[in-house]
Amino acid sequence: MNIYVLLKRTFDTEEKITLSNGKINEDGAEFIINPYDEYAVEEAIQVRDAQGGEVTVISVGTEEAEKQLRTALAMGADKAVLINIEDDIENGDQFTTAKIIGEYLKDKNADLIIAGNVAIDGGSGQVGPRVAEILGIPYITTITKLDIENGNVSVIRDVEGDSETIEASLPLLVTAQQGLNEPRYPSLPGIMKAKKKPLEELELDDLDLEEDDVEAKTKTIEIYLPAKKEAGKVLDGEISAQVTELVQLLRSEAKVI
Amino acid sequence: MARKFLVLGEVRDGSLRNVSFEAIGAAKLAADGGEIVGVLVGDSVQNFGDELIQYGADRVIAVENDQLKQYTSDGYAQSLLAVIEQEKPEGIFFGHTALGKDLAPKLAGKLESGLISDVTSIEEEGGNIVFTRPIYSGKAFEKKIVTAGVIFATIRPNNIEPLAKDESRSGDVSTLSVDIKDLRTIIKDVVRKASEGVDLSEAKVIIAGGRGVKSEDGFEPLKELAQVLGGAVGASRGACDADYCDYSLQIGQTGKVVTPDLYIACGISGAIQHLAGMSNSKVIVAINKDPEANIFNVADYGIVGDLFEVVPLLTEEFKKLKVNA
Ligand SMILES: Cc1cc2nc3c(=O)[nH]c(=O)nc-3n(C[C@H](O)[C@H](O)[C@H](O)COP(=O)(O)OP(=O)(O)OC[C@H]3O[C@@H](n4cnc5c(N)ncnc54)[C@H](O)[C@@H]3O)c2cc1C
Ligand SMILES: Cc1cc2nc3c(=O)[nH]c(=O)nc-3n(C[C@H](O)[C@H](O)[C@H](O)COP(=O)(O)OP(=O)(O)OC[C@H]3O[C@@H](n4cnc5c(N)ncnc54)[C@H](O)[C@@H]3O)c2cc1C
Repeated sequence: MNIYVLLKRTFDTEEKITLSNGKINEDGAEFIINPYDEYAVEEAIQVRDAQGGEVTVISVGTEEAEKQLRTALAMGADKAVLINIEDDIENGDQFTTAKIIGEYLKDKNADLIIAGNVAIDGGSGQVGPRVAEILGIPYITTITKLDIENGNVSVIRDVEGDSETIEASLPLLVTAQQGLNEPRYPSLPGIMKAKKKPLEELELDDLDLEEDDVEAKTKTIEIYLPAKKEAGKVLDGEISAQVTELVQLLRSEAKVI
Repeated sequence: MARKFLVLGEVRDGSLRNVSFEAIGAAKLAADGGEIVGVLVGDSVQNFGDELIQYGADRVIAVENDQLKQYTSDGYAQSLLAVIEQEKPEGIFFGHTALGKDLAPKLAGKLESGLISDVTSIEEEGGNIVFTRPIYSGKAFEKKIVTAGVIFATIRPNNIEPLAKDESRSGDVSTLSVDIKDLRTIIKDVVRKASEGVDLSEAKVIIAGGRGVKSEDGFEPLKELAQVLGGAVGASRGACDADYCDYSLQIGQTGKVVTPDLYIACGISGAIQHLAGMSNSKVIVAINKDPEANIFNVADYGIVGDLFEVVPLLTEEFKKLKVNA
C-alpha cells in the first residue's frame, strides 16, 4: 500500500505567544510536529505494518521542517519529502499549501493519505479536504478508528461526540482525531536509522508550479493578542462566604445571572 | 456595495441549529444591504424555510433528495454547487460545526476560493469584509480578508448575534432539484451519545468537570447546578479519558469549542488544549483546590477549594436567588 502522511511543523502553543513587528515572534520558540499529525504518522505505520507498503511523509515549509520529518522517520516512516517554499512564496494560505501538496501527489498513485484534522497554530482544518478535492478522491475527517480489508475501508468518525461508522474504498484521504491511537516515541535505533532514510527536498520549480499558480486566496491584515485580561479575583474567607460573594459578583458585577 | 450571500441552514435532531441564525446575522453584516438566501439540504427540509426567513433570510432554496437524508460531503457538495451555480453569490457562510468544517473546504477548493474558518466577528472596513478568528489555540487573533473567488466563511457558534426572530417576515421558499450521484462514502451506522438537554456548543451557561470530579457520580452535583442555572454540563479530556463521562461532553481543541456567557470549571487544571475550547467564554469561574492551577490564569473569579463542598453550596445559593426573584 502506498501511504502518504501530511505533516506540519507547528509552533508549540503551550508556549507563551508574543508579537514582534505585527507577527508571531518565533525566536527561541519550541517547534513540534502538529500533535494531530503524530496520530497520522502512527496510523500510517500501523497500516503499513499490517498491509505492507511504504509510508512517505510530506511537509510544505522551510528547511527547518527537516527536524520534524526526521522525527517521523525515526518513528518508522520510510521516506520524507520536504517541499521548501522559503524562497518562492511570501504569503501563503491553505489554498497555497493544498495546491502544492496536490501537485506533488497527483501522479503518485497514493492509496491512502492521512492528515491531521487541524493544525494547532493555524487552526483551520482546511488542508486535508482541499487536498482530497484537488486529487478528486473522497475524504473522511476526524476519524478515531481505521480498518482496511481488501481495499475496503471502514472508519469511525467523531461528529461532535457522536460516532459514525463510514465505509469507503481506496484511494481515500482521512484526517486524524485524538483517540485514533497512541503515537510511539522514536526509539534510539529508530533515530539512528532515520539519519540514513531518504529525505527529498523539492522547490516549486520541481513541481512545475509558478508563484501565480499558488497565490493565496486570502490575506491576513492584522495579527493581535487578546487584550490582557485583568487578573481574576480569587476570593478568600470562609468557603460559604466565598460562595455568597461569588453569586453576588456574577449578578451585579459580571451580570451573567 | 450590496452583495448577495448564501447561508446554509443546518438541521440537527429535527431543528435548525442556532449557529445558522448567527450565520445569517453574520451575512447581514457582510451583505451591506444585499440579499440573503438561506439554503437547506436534506431529504425533507423545506418546512424549515420560514424559520430562516424569520431570522433574516430574504428567501430560501431547499435541495431535497432521498440521498441527502444523512450528511455526506459528496451529496452536500453537489447540492450546494448547484445552488451556487444558479445564484452566483458573492459569498457563502456556514456554522463552524462538524458539518461546516468538513464541507466548506471541499467547496472552496473546488471553486479555488478563499475560506476563513472559525470566525468570531465580522466588520466592514473600506469596502472589505474583515473576518476575525482565533489562532494559536486561542492565544492570538488574526484579521483576514478573502482576496479571490467566492467568499467562504465558517462561523463559530455563540459569537455573532443573530437577528431577533420576526414572525411577520415572509419570503419565497423554493426547491431546486439536483441529481445526487456517486456518493463515495456511505454511513453505515450512527451512535448518538445521550446529549440530554441543552446543546453544549450553544449553551449560555456551562458547568464543566475535570479529573477532579473523581467518578461518574462526582458529576451529579455539577448536573444539579447546571439544572438550576438552565445550563449544560461539559467536561475536560481528563474526565472523559477516566470514563467519568462520555466523550460527547468534551470541551477543547479535540472536543467542542464553546463560548457561553458563564463557564464554571470544576476540578479542571486548565491545559492549553482545554483552554482552546473555552477561553473565549464571557465570564469564567474556576473552582480548584490547587491555587497554582493554570485555570486561575484565565478565570475572572476563582474559589480555591474542594469542588464537592463548593458546588452544592453554589447550587443552594442560586436556588435562593430563584425563590427571591
Ligand atoms: C509560504 C507560506 C507562507 C505563509 N504565510 C502566511 C501568512 O502570511 N499568514 C498566515 O496566516 N499564514 C501563513 N502561512 C500559513 C498557512 O496559511 C497555513 O499555516 C497552512 O497552509 C496550513 O493551514 P492551517 O494551519 O490552518 O492548517 P490546517 O488546515 O488546520 O491543517 C490540517 C492538516 O493539514 C496538513 N497540513 C497543514 N499544513 C501543512 C503543511 N505546511 N505541510 C504538510 N501538511 C500540512 C496537516 O496534516 C495538518 O494537520 C504560510 C504558509 C506558507 C507555506
Ligand atoms: C492533541 C491533544 C488534544 C487534546 N485535546 C483536549 C481537549 O479537547 N480538551 C481537554 O480538556 N483536554 C485535551 N487534551 C488533554 C489536556 O492536555 C489535559 O491532559 C486535560 O485537559 C487534563 O484534564 P483535567 O484538567 O481534567 O485533569 P488534570 O490536569 O489532572 O487536572 C485535575 C484538576 O482537578 C483539581 N482537583 C482535584 N480534586 C479536586 C477537588 N476535590 N476539588 C477541586 N479541584 C480538584 C486538581 O487540582 C487539578 O488541577 C488534549 C491533549 C492533546 C495532546
